[in-house]
Amino acid sequence: MKINDVIVQTITKIVSFIILTFAVYIFFAGHHNPGGGFIGGLMTAGALVLLYLAFDLETMRKIIPVDYKIITALGLLMALGTGIGAILLGYPFLSHTFDYKDLFILGETELATALLFDIGVYLTVIGVTMTILLTIGEDDY
Amino acid sequence: MNNNIVLLPLLIPFVTGVILIFFKNQIRWQKILSILSFLGMTGVSLYLTNLIANEGIQTLYLGGWEPPYGIVLVADMFAALLVLTTSIVALCCSWFAFSSIGKEREKFYFYPMFQFLIVGVSGSFLTGDLFNLFVFFEVMLISSYVMIGIGGTKRQLRESLKYVLINIVSSALFVASVAYLYAITGTLNMAQLSQRIAEAYALGEGTAIITVVSILLMIVFSLKAGLFLYYWLPGSYSAPPMVIAAVFGALLTKVGIYALFRTFTLIFYHQQEVTHYQILGWLAALTSLLGVIGAVAHSDVRKILSYNIVAAVGFIVLGLAVFSHVAISGAIYYLIHDMIIKALLFLLGGALIGIAGTSHVKKMGGLIKHHPYPGWMFFIGAVALAGIPPLSGFLGKLLVIQGSIEQGATHGLFYLFAGISLFSSLLILYSVMKIFMHGFWGETKLTKEEEYGTTKGLLAPCSILLLVSFFLGLGGEYVLPYVFEAADTLMNPSIYIDAVGIKE
Repeated sequence: MKINDVIVQTITKIVSFIILTFAVYIFFAGHHNPGGGFIGGLMTAGALVLLYLAFDLETMRKIIPVDYKIITALGLLMALGTGIGAILLGYPFLSHTFDYKDLFILGETELATALLFDIGVYLTVIGVTMTILLTIGEDDY
Repeated sequence: MNNNIVLLPLLIPFVTGVILIFFKNQIRWQKILSILSFLGMTGVSLYLTNLIANEGIQTLYLGGWEPPYGIVLVADMFAALLVLTTSIVALCCSWFAFSSIGKEREKFYFYPMFQFLIVGVSGSFLTGDLFNLFVFFEVMLISSYVMIGIGGTKRQLRESLKYVLINIVSSALFVASVAYLYAITGTLNMAQLSQRIAEAYALGEGTAIITVVSILLMIVFSLKAGLFLYYWLPGSYSAPPMVIAAVFGALLTKVGIYALFRTFTLIFYHQQEVTHYQILGWLAALTSLLGVIGAVAHSDVRKILSYNIVAAVGFIVLGLAVFSHVAISGAIYYLIHDMIIKALLFLLGGALIGIAGTSHVKKMGGLIKHHPYPGWMFFIGAVALAGIPPLSGFLGKLLVIQGSIEQGATHGLFYLFAGISLFSSLLILYSVMKIFMHGFWGETKLTKEEEYGTTKGLLAPCSILLLVSFFLGLGGEYVLPYVFEAADTLMNPSIYIDAVGIKE
């Protein structure tokens, strides 16, 4: 029996973008306000899960052809990289710095290397959450 | 003092582990990178040990934040020696895994998990912060959960459930005791904890609650180390493949012992009458007695070796309970020896089970006819484990027994504890000789063709461990100064506190 899920799919198309935007906002807010890599990553994963629920695994694999285990590893590498970068510049491991730069549209913006570490956390959280959910979802027992 | 060298023993396996995730199916590369990583780690920790011997304790303030505000990594001689031993054991075990673990497991992230386990172990040894110690414990434990279940046989799944449950309970207790300690002292940095608690004792304020928290932490670390609360250990360690059991037996319980040593020499050394002489002393004596009874009672190779881990834990902690320079040095020496020799015996036991196709000693026999090398290597390992003079187990045992007999002059109980330890050494020898005599001597039950596996590629890593064991035994003159320096730091907390350099 084919279930007609046109409402779910249409709403998902809109809502998932709102969730993704909010997730990115929360992620960037982390330095001065509540938020950060962990919650941003979880929320992004939430948007992806909604997409996986509305469409099926096969379709989603065509749309987002990534292996989430690789995303996890990339995130770890990114976080480690910020630490190792500090070593290479002669500072203790995980030393961070920040500076104010005049960006093209945004005006004067605070850029912190802690953000790079947070991107690592963000990617790792997405990777782990999606790996767990998809592995359980694919089990045929 | 800021020295990124201190970080390398845990950064190298961490980076390698992450990179290995990308090459899931290229097993050849997984093997090459694993070996290179552990070789690098061994080299770095050798360098670190020498650096500490020449220039004193090395510290690294992570992110440049000075303690007690940031996390500090502290490499004193005790930690450096253990990291060095860990890297040697890891090198040999991963080499042994190449030809014994099997394609199925290799493709499911065995090597990355191995690297992460070593990150957790060496991180636990190097950290100078109590909560960071908890985090590294979890890094180690979560990797070990994966490794105990990897392959997914029925027995592994059953045992991993128990293992995970017991460790979650003990981790929750760990967090609770850290919370109590933070509420009492307001710090998590080990050096500052030591200072604050010394102040509390000087003023005589809140000493009772500090003793209670110290006993709570003792329970946590005893659960991890298999000190008296070891009921989970023999079952869990006999379920996974022998090479994984070797890593567990050689490293995981030793991290618990390390944590006991660190906390009860650096932080809680004020109530020796209660915590050391009474509680730790009795726990140690009972552990070696009960462990050795288990080892004698079983006739399964895995079970015998697992109970031997328990017996050795009791012996090492006896050195801590005595709490004198001699006994602590002996315990450190024995700890290093035990890490090497347990790995060796588990690996050789794995080779033995591979050949005979069974782990029951009564069902095998006469293997020495076709396999003289593993046979005699096992014999030497067994003799070293019991502590026969020219080999590595002797010196540590001698010093611990000497220390406890000296202590016996003031606290008569220590004569009893020393007696129990000597008696358990005898039974340890009996239990491993049982494997040797049933497995290698007697009537040859299998012809060369009927055997279930070969020892091809398995003996080289075992012989490295055997050589290290010989070096520890015969080169005692060379090793002892390092061990004595480690014991100096443990017996004088002020050396550690000065090296960390707390800024108020």
